[in-house]
Amino acid sequence: MIGIIKYGSGNIYSVFSTLKFLGKEVVLVENPKILDKLNFLILPGVGNFASSMENLEKGGLLEKIRYKLKDGIPFLGICLGLQLLFEWSEEGEREGFGILKGKVVKFKDKNIKIPHMGWNKVKILKESFLFKDIRDNSYFYFAHSYYVNTQKELIIGKTNYGIDFPSVIVKKNIVGVQFHPEKSGELGLLFLKNFLEGKWLQ
Amino acid sequence: MVTVRIIPCLDVKDGKVVKGIHFENIKVAGDPVENASFYCKEGADEIVFLDISATIEGRKTMVDIVRKVADVVFIPFTVGGGISSLNDIDKLLSNGADKISINTAAVKNPKLIEESAKKFGSQCIVVAIDAKKIGNNKWEVFIEGGKTPTGLDVIDWAKKTVDLGAGEILLTSIDRDGTQDGYDIELTKTVSESVKIPVIASGGAGKLEHLYEAIVNGKANAVLIASLLHFRILTIPQIKKYLKSKGIEVREIK
Repeated sequence: MIGIIKYGSGNIYSVFSTLKFLGKEVVLVENPKILDKLNFLILPGVGNFASSMENLEKGGLLEKIRYKLKDGIPFLGICLGLQLLFEWSEEGEREGFGILKGKVVKFKDKNIKIPHMGWNKVKILKESFLFKDIRDNSYFYFAHSYYVNTQKELIIGKTNYGIDFPSVIVKKNIVGVQFHPEKSGELGLLFLKNFLEGKWLQ
Repeated sequence: MVTVRIIPCLDVKDGKVVKGIHFENIKVAGDPVENASFYCKEGADEIVFLDISATIEGRKTMVDIVRKVADVVFIPFTVGGGISSLNDIDKLLSNGADKISINTAAVKNPKLIEESAKKFGSQCIVVAIDAKKIGNNKWEVFIEGGKTPTGLDVIDWAKKTVDLGAGEILLTSIDRDGTQDGYDIELTKTVSESVKIPVIASGGAGKLEHLYEAIVNGKANAVLIASLLHFRILTIPQIKKYLKSKGIEVREIK
């Protein structure tokens, strides 16, 4: 069973419907108790960094998710769901999960439009089961104003928007993507399928 | 870099697409899901649904449509038309819309932009601006389907929406809409250069060159197209092939 963490407000339904479409058993998680029954955990990305952290703390989800992450559950953070894993964010100037080392910062280039909105290429830096049947420099859909500044070792895919920023990160059981696989057409579906059906042996 | 986006616009009334693809198979002609799936497969980068229902019941059906579309279409889509409260926005987003677009309500109550951007994030708040030329390099904002003048200057209003938290501007030239004479390039360029957020050009597309002009001369980050695609005068692969040949980065599928 795949759990999608429900927090904050916005479009969580798309991730849910995408997984249903792939024929997966999926549940929306609001109660921390359900987390023990799950094989996969997805933290979707909607809303604002600071208020999302507050919502996750309020519901008691934060501590439980942190525990499950350390326990080794295959995890996918999407967009803000990726950013929340890091130590600190400029958005709302507050700390995140602190599971991964790095900071979330805003695009500062004066010559680009912000948010970074639309389809952009993902340059594959390290081979991974996540990229099975996905060609280098394929297009995925992005919608964000902030990105993560992190250690090189974690980055397996990068994207250029004025600067290069990490678009796919992996650390053991934790996967994070800055793009929206649930909105990236056929390739997005393939990426999710790879995540769910790939070999989780490191 | 991010590609320019080609966005088909579908008008929906009481749950049926009234301005959409002219299918030979009449049975599916008015089905929003069929229309959206078709464009998704053809390589559309996003889809916009404009709800032109005049009644509350008609608008309610939009929420069901959003859910049905989200079940089978895995590219972003925006819903606009008749949205006037945080509650309206919440319903559409939580049922699977990626962005909402507000127009009249944003002018009447600019706080709605601020509050919705705070609650849902700027990336899902599109402000639609209907602009009418009133002088040399001067345009006025019109609301209520382009019928009511507001006295607001388009550039001033566009800047204000950004300050309030808008994530994108959908800019329609009332003068060009439906004419197929080409986008208002001056308008598009002036607005796009005045704001830091992406601008979608709308109104007036009649041939391939118009799209190129809107992107290169008008500095549009995306182009909205309706009749030209619906009547199959142009297709999305044809548009993308043309733009690519002109050196513009596009996302081609297959």
